[in-house]
Amino acid sequence: MHNCCRNYTRSQLLRAGAAEAGRGLPAIEPGMPEPAGTGLSRRRFLSRGAGLALAVYGASKIPLSAFETGIAQAAQGGKILVSVFFDGGIDALSVLAPIGDPNYASLRPTLAEKPGEGAAFAEDPRLQWHPSAAGLATLHAEGKVSVFPAIGYDHPDQSHFTSRHYYEIGELEVGFRTGWMGRYLDLVGDEENPLQGLSMDGSLSPMIATAEKPVAAIDGVDGYDLWAPVESPVRAEMFRSFAQFGSLPADSPALAQVRRATSQTDRLRTELGSLEGFTSPVAYPSENYFAHKLAGLAAFIAAELPIRVVTISAAGGYDTHSGQAEDLGRNLRETCDGLLAFQRDLEARGLADRVLVEVWSEFGRRPEENGSAGTDHGAAGCAFVIGSRAKGEMVGEFPGLASLDQNENLRVTSDFRAMYCSLLEQWLGQDAGPIIPGAAGFARPALVKA
Amino acid sequence: MAIPQTKQSSSQPQRTRRRRRHPRVWKDRHWRWVPTADGDWRVEGFVFRHKHRPPKHHFRGPGPKPPRRASAAAAPAPPASGEQRPSGAYQGPFGMPQANRLLQRAGFGPLAGQAEQLVSLGLVGAVRSLTRPTGAANLIGPPPTDDEGNPLAPADAWGHDGLWWLDRMVRGDQPLVERMALVLHDWFATSQASVSRPQQMIDQSNLFRAHGFGSFLDLFKAVTVDPAMLQWLNGAENTKSAPNENYAREMMELFSLGADRGAYSEDDVREQARALTGWRNDWSDAEGAHNFRFDPRRHDERTKTVFGRSGNFNWEDSCRLCVEHPLHASFFADKLWSYFVATPAPEATRQALIQTYVAGGWQIRPALETILTSPELYEGPPMVKPPVVQLASMLRRLGRHLDTDAWTWLLEPTGQVLFWPPNVAGWDDTRWLDTSRLRARWNVVDYALAEVSVDRWDGTYSTTENAEEALARALATWGNPELRDDTRAELTDFARRAEGTIGADWQRGPYRAMRQNALLQLIGISPDLILQ
Repeated sequence: MHNCCRNYTRSQLLRAGAAEAGRGLPAIEPGMPEPAGTGLSRRRFLSRGAGLALAVYGASKIPLSAFETGIAQAAQGGKILVSVFFDGGIDALSVLAPIGDPNYASLRPTLAEKPGEGAAFAEDPRLQWHPSAAGLATLHAEGKVSVFPAIGYDHPDQSHFTSRHYYEIGELEVGFRTGWMGRYLDLVGDEENPLQGLSMDGSLSPMIATAEKPVAAIDGVDGYDLWAPVESPVRAEMFRSFAQFGSLPADSPALAQVRRATSQTDRLRTELGSLEGFTSPVAYPSENYFAHKLAGLAAFIAAELPIRVVTISAAGGYDTHSGQAEDLGRNLRETCDGLLAFQRDLEARGLADRVLVEVWSEFGRRPEENGSAGTDHGAAGCAFVIGSRAKGEMVGEFPGLASLDQNENLRVTSDFRAMYCSLLEQWLGQDAGPIIPGAAGFARPALVKA
Repeated sequence: MAIPQTKQSSSQPQRTRRRRRHPRVWKDRHWRWVPTADGDWRVEGFVFRHKHRPPKHHFRGPGPKPPRRASAAAAPAPPASGEQRPSGAYQGPFGMPQANRLLQRAGFGPLAGQAEQLVSLGLVGAVRSLTRPTGAANLIGPPPTDDEGNPLAPADAWGHDGLWWLDRMVRGDQPLVERMALVLHDWFATSQASVSRPQQMIDQSNLFRAHGFGSFLDLFKAVTVDPAMLQWLNGAENTKSAPNENYAREMMELFSLGADRGAYSEDDVREQARALTGWRNDWSDAEGAHNFRFDPRRHDERTKTVFGRSGNFNWEDSCRLCVEHPLHASFFADKLWSYFVATPAPEATRQALIQTYVAGGWQIRPALETILTSPELYEGPPMVKPPVVQLASMLRRLGRHLDTDAWTWLLEPTGQVLFWPPNVAGWDDTRWLDTSRLRARWNVVDYALAEVSVDRWDGTYSTTENAEEALARALATWGNPELRDDTRAELTDFARRAEGTIGADWQRGPYRAMRQNALLQLIGISPDLILQ
């Protein structure tokens, strides 16, 4: 963007470009790297077959009607990769607490997990699952979780937004416009099937931002309507004019944005009135929206929707600078309970061999707690690969707390790009070379059962 | 919807039943985003009170996760004669469209007669009337109440803090003071999520009111040790023995310098955290966090090195070092500009703005006056109103005061709840409009109109009103906003089509009443009222 050279701030760009917002991913915060996916056109589309309202990104040349056909005709029954993001930098040293490390208690005088309060971690006796991660511990005991106890990259960046960007694009660069999963879709995806890359948080995750293939985002797994003290037949005429507000010409970017949102809103209103709900074969935790969305996802997969990669944010946030114990405990439990129910759902539906879940965060937190019953930004974090087909073996050792990096942070023993390479090659059956820059230089940890 | 086959008895008194138009509510389980203590969001269920029977399958939220953190009516008056405008300022006519835009961007839209008054002052006079108010603000009209007519309890009742502020936006006679407070609330985004008492958020907003036109350095210092901020970014937990870097990082990344500009290093973050040590507070169940104070015993007295300068810096030095940094003034100028103008400042304007700011000793008012008199504000493209601004502006147009606490839960799905920004980076202005949030604005408009929408079934509505009369009535209810020609044409067309749906005799009044309600709704959700 031409403004970069004069230090034009991100917030200003955001406002200046408010306009373009409908056309791609907005940025996150002042001064942050350009998110992948910026510039992809977005249109709203309802797949009647899928029963889903989709924000469709990319492939602007293709008429919306073609997507319906594309979804219907796209290959089904293939492997699916679901990416779950712990937003904010989860404290890996709580998820898998190194209770057996002699330095742990002194680094974490108030936050240290107590021995015996969580499930033991069989692969390393020094570590213990957080009580709220019981769902993960259960699946790990069944051999369905591969654990990365200290994942990251060299010279870790401690800005949420920069580090997250690296994970999203699969490269240590700030300029990439496509996500690592997006590049996979660009290689193997369908021209007319936006469901192949699905973000479940309402807007496009930079991870599935493609250069050309269509991908989609959904707001929720339920329905949509609008109210007014106006009944039929005047009501229909009212919405006809509302729709017309959305399709009149625009002479400014902001007006174009209003018009786009208006026509999309009206379209959703008309298309979603009859949306049917779904049922699940297993019980999901109540009052847990993350779990509710996963329940919807399992139903979509069962309905044979041609989904290849999915992104979804974990419950809550994990930037626990203070009061960590309570927030982390609650959010981690919602997430892990949801993941366990999702796995059981897939098993009950006979779909468990088709789905692998990858769980990640932008970094771990500082081993030494900060005096506010919280932790500051750190380096190595944790990641998990979950599923009936997951290898279930730890990748990279837990490096211990005796020797930290130059910033007193946990050292990295595995690289997130190596995880991506293995997922691509072992699960999705795609050579990582064209997708992950420098792929040849990364190890290929075994993540999938033969 | 079943159409009643019999009308109200004609002995019913005419047009007396104005209150409680929707006595029934349908309670329904919905999902919504609620802020968490760490500045993020989580989803929780809540009971949504539908005013109309909801369809079985309809959107129950929560929508996308929030990010981590003008016109042509009366003939324009000629410019005030003999007015001297500064070089670089807007030189075109300053009439109603310009006065309206100024009131939208630098406030919450005009009250009746207000734009005319500004026109008579000329551009410079109009801007100064906003940037140089005298005395304390007056709140004109009835004080705000909840649904039961009780006074608000902003320090105690949930959501009333935001209503208290919304009321100031609607009734206050110093709109730019309130608008700048909103700007600074976004700039130094602090959330009630990790502040123990609403009063502390209100106090912080008062700090923004007090410093909004003054020295940025003074403001920055005041915010740095403001109790709400000390809680939000853990400043009161930052001690020499256990530094907490949260504020140190954000004060540079988000408040004064910007990330990825080479302005500071990770070492600067740590050193600033040390310089900022020493603030503490007490805690009690009754008062929450209170008695915020500097405790020298907690302050790190050793030498710190920040931006290559060394000394035994403290929190005031910390702020001063940021503001004196060569990359601060440009950050400030760009950020302040972006709140008022949709397009980037031309380079010459930008440099002039930076110079004005630095030469004035980091004073905000001169920079603000430069921006508010700039050609780009009057000639440039429109911007999307933040949801709270649109609501305040609608209530001003409708002449409605705060008489309900429903705004709290109605604003939530629009993406903006006062005192609850999504994260320390504030609200994301690119994300005000999507299918979830526009739908939420639709519902806000619907609710704003609750007291002026007409009863379809009480048999009182005109059976002869024509399309033009219907539109004129709806526009008058809205305070006759200036509309684009294409909007007006579409509304006229709608009014005619709606009349065309009338078949049976009994439909003549009710359908016209529905048409009136639909016109009111369509005007409220038209681009003209969403944009500023």
